[in-house]
Parts: sequence; C-alpha cells; structure tokens
Amino acid sequence: MTAAIDAPVVRDTRRRRSTRSRRLTGLAILLVLVVAAALASIAVGTRSIGPGEVWRSLFDGDLSTEEAVIVRQLRVPRTALGLMVGLALGVAGALMQGHTRNPLGDPGLLGVTAGASLAVVLAIAWFGIGTPSGYVWFAFGGALAGTVLVYAIGSAGHSGPTPVTLALAGAALSALLYALVRAVVVSDQQTLDSFRFWVVGALAGRGADVAWQVAPFIALGLLLAVANAPALNLLGLGEDVARGLGQRIWPARIVGLSAITLLCGAATAACGPIAFVGLVVPHAVRAVTGPDHRWLIPCSGLLGAALLLTADVIGRIVARPGELQVGIVLALVGAPFFIALVRRRRTATL
Amino acid sequence: MSTQELARTAVRLGPVSAIVRWRQLVVPLVALAVLLLLSAVSLGRGEFPIGIGDVLRTLAGLGEKAQEFIVLELRAPRIVVGLLVGLALGIAGALFQTFARNPLASPDVLGITQGASVGAVAAIVLSGGAASFLGVPLAALTGALLAGSLLFVLSWRAGIDGYRLVLVGIALWSALAALTDWLLTNAEIHDATAAYVWITGSLNARTWDHAVPLVLSVLVLAPLALAASRVLGVLQFGDDTARGLGVRLPLAQGAVVLVAVGLVATSVAAAGPITFVALVVPQIAVRLTGGSRPPLLASGLLGAVLVVGADLATRTLLPQALPVGILTAAIGAPYLLWLLVRGRRRYTL
Repeated sequence: MTAAIDAPVVRDTRRRRSTRSRRLTGLAILLVLVVAAALASIAVGTRSIGPGEVWRSLFDGDLSTEEAVIVRQLRVPRTALGLMVGLALGVAGALMQGHTRNPLGDPGLLGVTAGASLAVVLAIAWFGIGTPSGYVWFAFGGALAGTVLVYAIGSAGHSGPTPVTLALAGAALSALLYALVRAVVVSDQQTLDSFRFWVVGALAGRGADVAWQVAPFIALGLLLAVANAPALNLLGLGEDVARGLGQRIWPARIVGLSAITLLCGAATAACGPIAFVGLVVPHAVRAVTGPDHRWLIPCSGLLGAALLLTADVIGRIVARPGELQVGIVLALVGAPFFIALVRRRRTATL
Repeated sequence: MSTQELARTAVRLGPVSAIVRWRQLVVPLVALAVLLLLSAVSLGRGEFPIGIGDVLRTLAGLGEKAQEFIVLELRAPRIVVGLLVGLALGIAGALFQTFARNPLASPDVLGITQGASVGAVAAIVLSGGAASFLGVPLAALTGALLAGSLLFVLSWRAGIDGYRLVLVGIALWSALAALTDWLLTNAEIHDATAAYVWITGSLNARTWDHAVPLVLSVLVLAPLALAASRVLGVLQFGDDTARGLGVRLPLAQGAVVLVAVGLVATSVAAAGPITFVALVVPQIAVRLTGGSRPPLLASGLLGAVLVVGADLATRTLLPQALPVGILTAAIGAPYLLWLLVRGRRRYTL
C-alpha cells in the first residue's frame, strides 16, 4: 500500500532533481564558456601579443607601449561590447519567442531591425553620416519607432495584441520599411556602399564610446526581462489560463515588449543587425533547460554572449590580416551545429 | 438571413449535397477578373502606349507588325513572368504556412529564396558583372534547388515535421543570408548595386526565355498543389489525427514540401525573390475568404494580381522605375496591416 503511493512521488522528486542538476550543470558550463571566450577575445587578434604581455598591459597602469594601447583601448572595449550585445540578443530572442509563441519569433520581427535599418539608411543618404558611433542614435530611434508602430497596429484590431496579430503586424511593417530601404539603396550607390557594411553586423570599429552609449539601455532591458520571466511562464499556458491564474496580461506584455525593444534596439544600434543569436540560441537552450523562462532567459543570454565572442575571435583569426564580420561567422559556423542539434533530439516545442 | 448563413449555404441536388462557402468562390473569381483587366491594361502601357482595343486585336493576331512586336515580344513575356511568379509564390506561401501551421513560414524565411540569392549574387559578383543575362537565372535556380533539397533532406526523419522544418529553415536562412552579405561586402560597388536590384526582384527586360521554364513548372506543379489541398487540410489537425484519417504521412509531407520548393525555385530564377509576396498574400487571402487556412487558389490569384499590379504601377505611376519587389511590399504590406486593424476574428494558425 505504502509502496504503491510512494513510488510515483519518489520518481517525481528524482526527475525534478535531475532536471535541476542538468540545468545547474548547463549554467556552470555556460559561465565557463563565457569567461573563456572573453579571455580569448582579449588575448587574440590581428597582432599577436603574448599572454604575459597581455597580462601586463591589462594590470599595469601605463599606456606607453603600443601593445598596451591595443589591449586596453581596442580589445577590452570590443570584448565588453560583444558580451553585452550577445547577452542582449540572446535574452531578447527568448522573450520574443515566448511572447509570440512562435519559433520564428526573431526579436527583430517587432520592427526593430527594419526600423533601425531605415533610420541608418536615411542617416547615410540625407545627413552623410558614416561612422558606427554616428549611427547609434539614429538606429536606436528607428528601432523604437518601428516597435511602437508595430505594437500600435498589432493591438488596434478587435482582439487586441494577440501573438498572431503582433507577429503579422511586425512582418508586414518590416516588409514595408525594407521596401523603403531598398528604394533608397537601389537608386543611390554611395549609400549602398556604407549600408552594406553596416547591415552585416560587426563588432569591429566600435570603440568604448559606443559601448557606454548602449550600456544603460541593455542593463535596463535585462532587468525588465528577468522580471518578466514568471509572467511569461503563465502566458505560455495561453492567455485565458493565465488570466484565470491571476496574471494581468497587458502589464506583462508591455514589460516584455519594452525589454525586447531596449535590448534588441541597443544591440542593433551598436553592431548592426545580427539575426542568428536571437533566432537560434533560445531553441538550443530550450533543448537543455526546458520551457521554464526563469532558466531559459538567463541561459539564452549567456549562450548568446559566448557565441558572439567566439565568433568574433574566429573572425579575427581566419581572415588575417583582415577580419570576417561577426554576423557572418556566427551564421556560417553556428547554423550547421544548430541543424545537427535539431536533428539529434526531439526538440522542445514552444 | 444572418451573415453566418449567407457565408455558408448548403446546396442540395437530388442525392448530392455540398456546402458552398460563397466568399471562397467569389474572391478567386473577382481576383481572376481583376488579373485579366490588369494584364490587358499592362500590355498597352509603356513608352509606346497602345489602346486596349488594339491590344486585344494584336492578341487575336490581327494587329499591325510594330504593335505585334511591342506587345508580343517586349511586353507579354514580362507580364507572363510577373503573373506566373505571383501565382507560384502565392501558392507556395500558402503551402508552407499551412504545412508548418505558422503564418510566418514563407520560403523567404526558410532559406529557399536565400539560396537563390546566393547563387545569383555569386554569379554577378564573381564574374565581375560579366555573367550573361541567362547565366544569372540558372545560378539562381541551382541555388534555390540546392537550398530546397538541403531543407528537405535535413528536416527529413521518417517524414517531415512542420516544427523541425521551421527550425532547420531558419538555420539555413541565416547561413545563406550571411553568405550573401559576405559576397556583397566583397563586391565592386556597381556589381553590388546590380546584385541588390536582383535580390529585390525585378521584371525588367524579361524575355520568353525566362517565361518558358516558368510556364512549364507552373503547369505541372500548380495542379499538383491544388490536388494536395484536401490532404493539406487533414495535415492541419496534427500528425496523429492525419494518420488516423488514413493519410500516408511521409509521402504527403514530402510531396507538399517538394511541390512548394519547385514552385519557389522556378519563380525565383525568373524574376528574383520578389520579396514578401509569399508571406503577405496568403494572409490577405485567408482574411478575404474567411476560411480557416490560407486558400491555395485564391492565394495564387491574389499573388498574381499583386505582382502584375505592382509592375504596372512601377511603369506608369512612379517618376523613376523601381524594381517590382519594392512595390509588391509597399502595396501588399499596408493592405495586410489594414486587414489586421479592421479584423474582427481571432486567427490562431
């Protein structure tokens, strides 16, 4: 009698413990990966500098040697920016897929990328701006405007902002904005020449100033994202169930979408559009952590950061003395791994 | 009589009875009429305007020599390509969206058109702009077919699960998009511009050489797609239900994906990836017909209307000729947005 009652309970706690230990192991591995990638990003570059020299440049105060300047003024800001952008995109991707309940929910879908692209194109064509730090505010403004429009249209319909109307409004508005981008670019060669390098997505040439410009937005976005996680778990059960469990839908959506806009907008403003992280990383993470957003969101951020930094390092090595942009390396190297992952296990559906 | 009853009437003829959904009949018919009208107007418009009566007389083989050349050799191929590309993309978009049960699943997101872009951009850029006018479509066709087969093979595991198809598709898309971007950043700037025009989708200077393969492909594949419509409806209920209803799953899934890939690949080769038609048109069609999923025939016809109409607009309304792909998005997207804002029904697909 006791055995019959106890058995399922025992099995249940055991399963819970194994999920928990798997998640903790995953988290630990991710942390190690991020640290390793960050160290590699500081140590490796076009110019080979020995580890001892790197160490001295980092912790000695003086900036007299050329190596010290390279390490402290180029590599460290670049690494910090890569870390932030990777975190932001991974987290934004997890949020977006949760809110739209759509595996194709790329954080740029809300009009962020399209809005930023249009703003950058206009900045180049009308104001003649041509540097990454010059693009930042234009891109960020465009991203904000794009999201606000998408959200306004998506929630204007009779049934309010459902996942389907939001996703479709985002896709349609992005289509419209990209059409404008192309109209400008196709008829203006000079603009295309600057734009084609922005649209690839890169960390190169962004100094510490860009990192400081976007840092507050990313920090705020990360806070909102973490706060949004429990509500997102409830929303995943469907809006009606969530409402029945006492979750207020509107505030949760607003918090989540603001976080996505801040994170993805800031990341796009800093580096240009990098679609792969937000689109693919949450799927890979979900296979390990399961659908619980309290785990999914931080782990996606960490994996995003680790991947972005690793791809950046690879990009510096393979095309010496030049560089391959991080967006390109990420997609080309990451895609085969992701496909292998999708094929190997039963993917956790949203 | 309520609107509900108006929308759906049961027709009985002796022992035979069927439910007729009027909007699903009216929308394709109206679309067809608009399409014919637009095509006829489009044949007459251009640098050398020809009245609609003369156009019809030329088509019947009774026109003057000069008009015959302009209408049949210069304008007809362009309009035929536009019409068929719209038709093929509309149908393929509806197939993918229904199959993956996802309104965002279009061949653009799943990597097929990106494959074509890689092929075409590589041909334009690597040859230094010397690629012949037919070399580029061939490269695009190869790219699209390769990407399509990769998508098929990589998502095949004893059948194609819609969810797995989507995940494999986005990975393919991002890798191929990165490759395109890389080619573009390494190109000479005038090659990059030419490549960008191609990526946007253009109907400029299309000849019968572009149209003939497309005609053949649509003649074979579109009826197959329409025939698969019933199976597609069953697949929508989920794999287990479909199997229970007697659908041979791997066969049906494979066939649907292959037909869609074929339609996309041939149309992309002819006109470039005319952006967003495959994404936007099926969603417009489902809202107009009021069905439960994107209707294939209506999607195809509306796609053709959109492309032919956009092409007409680029040639007549705009001060400067733009690639047709810009106009399809600029017309189709606001229309879908308007339908979204006005919509009273909840769509869950």
